[in-house]
Amino acid sequence: MKANTKENPDRQQFDRRQFLKTTGMLTGWVAAGSSLAAIAPAPARAWAIDLTVLASAEGATLMAVARTIAPHDKLDDAAYALVVRAIDADAATDERTRKVLRAGVSGLGGDFARRDESARVTALKKIESSEFFQTMRLKTLQVLYATPMAYAYFGYEGEAFSKGGYLSRGFNDLHWLPEVPLEDGGPVVS
Amino acid sequence: MATIDFKDDTAVVIIGSGAGGGTLAHELTSRGIKVVLLEAGKRQSLDSFSQVPGEAFSQLTWLDPRTQTGDWGVARDFPTMPAWHCKTVGGTTVHWTASAPRLRPWEVRAQSTYGKIAGTSLIDWPIAYDELEKYYKLAELRMGVTRRNDMPGLPASNNFKVMYAGAKKLGYNQVHTGHMAINSVTYDGRGYCIQQGFCVQGCKMGAKWSTLYTEIPDAEATGNLDLRIESTATRIEHGPDGRVNAVVYRDREGKEQRQKAGLVCVAGNAIETARLLLLSESVKYPRGLANSSDQVGRNYCHQITGFVWGIFDKPIYSWRGATLAGVVEDEVVNNPQRGFVGGYRIELLALDLPTLPLVGLPYGWGRDFASIIDNYRNLAGLFINGEDLPRPDNRITLNSNVKDAYGLPVANVHVDEHANDRAIRKHAQGQMSKMYEAIGAKRVVLGPVPPATHNLCTARMSADPRDGVTNAWGQTHDIKNLFISDGSVLSTPGAANPTLTIVALALRQAEYISRQMKAGEV
Repeated sequence: MKANTKENPDRQQFDRRQFLKTTGMLTGWVAAGSSLAAIAPAPARAWAIDLTVLASAEGATLMAVARTIAPHDKLDDAAYALVVRAIDADAATDERTRKVLRAGVSGLGGDFARRDESARVTALKKIESSEFFQTMRLKTLQVLYATPMAYAYFGYEGEAFSKGGYLSRGFNDLHWLPEVPLEDGGPVVS
Repeated sequence: MATIDFKDDTAVVIIGSGAGGGTLAHELTSRGIKVVLLEAGKRQSLDSFSQVPGEAFSQLTWLDPRTQTGDWGVARDFPTMPAWHCKTVGGTTVHWTASAPRLRPWEVRAQSTYGKIAGTSLIDWPIAYDELEKYYKLAELRMGVTRRNDMPGLPASNNFKVMYAGAKKLGYNQVHTGHMAINSVTYDGRGYCIQQGFCVQGCKMGAKWSTLYTEIPDAEATGNLDLRIESTATRIEHGPDGRVNAVVYRDREGKEQRQKAGLVCVAGNAIETARLLLLSESVKYPRGLANSSDQVGRNYCHQITGFVWGIFDKPIYSWRGATLAGVVEDEVVNNPQRGFVGGYRIELLALDLPTLPLVGLPYGWGRDFASIIDNYRNLAGLFINGEDLPRPDNRITLNSNVKDAYGLPVANVHVDEHANDRAIRKHAQGQMSKMYEAIGAKRVVLGPVPPATHNLCTARMSADPRDGVTNAWGQTHDIKNLFISDGSVLSTPGAANPTLTIVALALRQAEYISRQMKAGEV
């Protein structure tokens, strides 16, 4: 986990900002080459997400929960931080969510984010049927897999209309299986 | 565009602008009949369709609250969302994936073909197949269906090549890119498919038939259509003679309006159509409109569905290309030796991110779950579309414990699966798994049953008024000037994706209504 990364050269600035706030933030580093336009203006490689309700430590725990639910080793922390930002926004407008999150985080203990994966999995399995876990699972799937970072990571090419669809960009470029006879497919119009 | 007076008691009011309502509106207005078309949703356009999955979903989907009961997987896995259909001008034809097969002759004689099956309420259709076929031909011309008339098939996509190779290994013969209401060449003033993928986001090319940009603008051009968007029907009223005479609805400001009507056609998709009839109860009709048979909302069918995913060691990029352009039709037969009655289609499918993990995969989390998504590039997808059997207690009822934005009870959807339903799904999943395994899949993943996209039979046509809600023209048995014009009227669902049948029946109903109006019969 890279939340509150110590080596961050912008740490001082973040600390000052954090000092002025009562709520938390998540910060981190982006691996070179990631597409992170959403939260880190190029060419900066450091990112920071402000939280409106949750404290930094709570945010770090939730980020670890999200990564344990959907572990993709080379996917940037920044993508998981967006899950936390979304759930923080929910908590800001819904008291019930706020209570559920607070209770859930405190139940996992302050060292949850620092524990190894198998310990985190064991801890989450124990609370799998709880509203806290189910809320986190749903939010993780909804937000994480819709981020531009996830699209790039999993190879999904996104919006296609402005590029003319895939008609001339590989919709039929699979050649490791036999070609389909024309009568069972159809002509490629161009 | 016409402006029809609220007090005009000669107007035909159609509720819902999808495959049934939109087509009917075009047909009636082109015959010189004044139509008020009420649509609960907003109007989108090719330009306004979003290709961001979450945005497209919220732009188009019916998200008003509903509840569920029963033992089917959807009630457990998607408790707040029994069905996935649209709330927008054009209805579910905006997000549909455009598969347009015909029912087979034996499927419209389900009761005679399958015999008596305990726990079901099977009937035969009150329409002869020859008669239905005439309107299938008209519907196919109207919609531009591939492999019909002069419309070539769609070209084979990567995802289809995988399906095709697997199907051929299993010895299937009827495998092709489908009868799709998607232009493979320019047709009817609309362009051809450029293989954008994810047809559910709305087709920005307009290559896929949708009433939004075909029937509805054509109806507007007649000068006889008064389309009222963001207008949610809440009640159909009747006079002392029992005939319906007005539709009460909420306009976009939430203000109640009352449109007088000479004839009313309900086409709100099978759940809302049944709900509206039930909500319209009165002293004269205490069980709701057209419900003397107690059949309104009953016999709810949704077709047997389910995902099968194959993970391969080479890329497929299943998102590239028309989502559903591929079908195996060999299993569309009634062969009880397979352990069930009725048939099923194997259809091509791809899901976007994040819909794949949210809807397409079995519940899970952690390493194993994530490893499937790690293979998104190498994932091929299939979908079942099979016949489910009608059951009297699989039904839409009003749930007074949960209210909508206007304080009205929401629909509760109750489904207990029949053993035949489970047997079809199991057989289909087995065959589809074998297809992928036969060509070297590293892993096959069986997905859950998603929210129902084909909602049917809740106001079904029946020869005997005791068995259903309408006659063979969608005219309710009880009330002569009240018609049902959507998938609710299908007597049984069959294994064909239903839109072509809904359009065919709407074309037929339009002829009947205009004939009856001319003769002063309605």
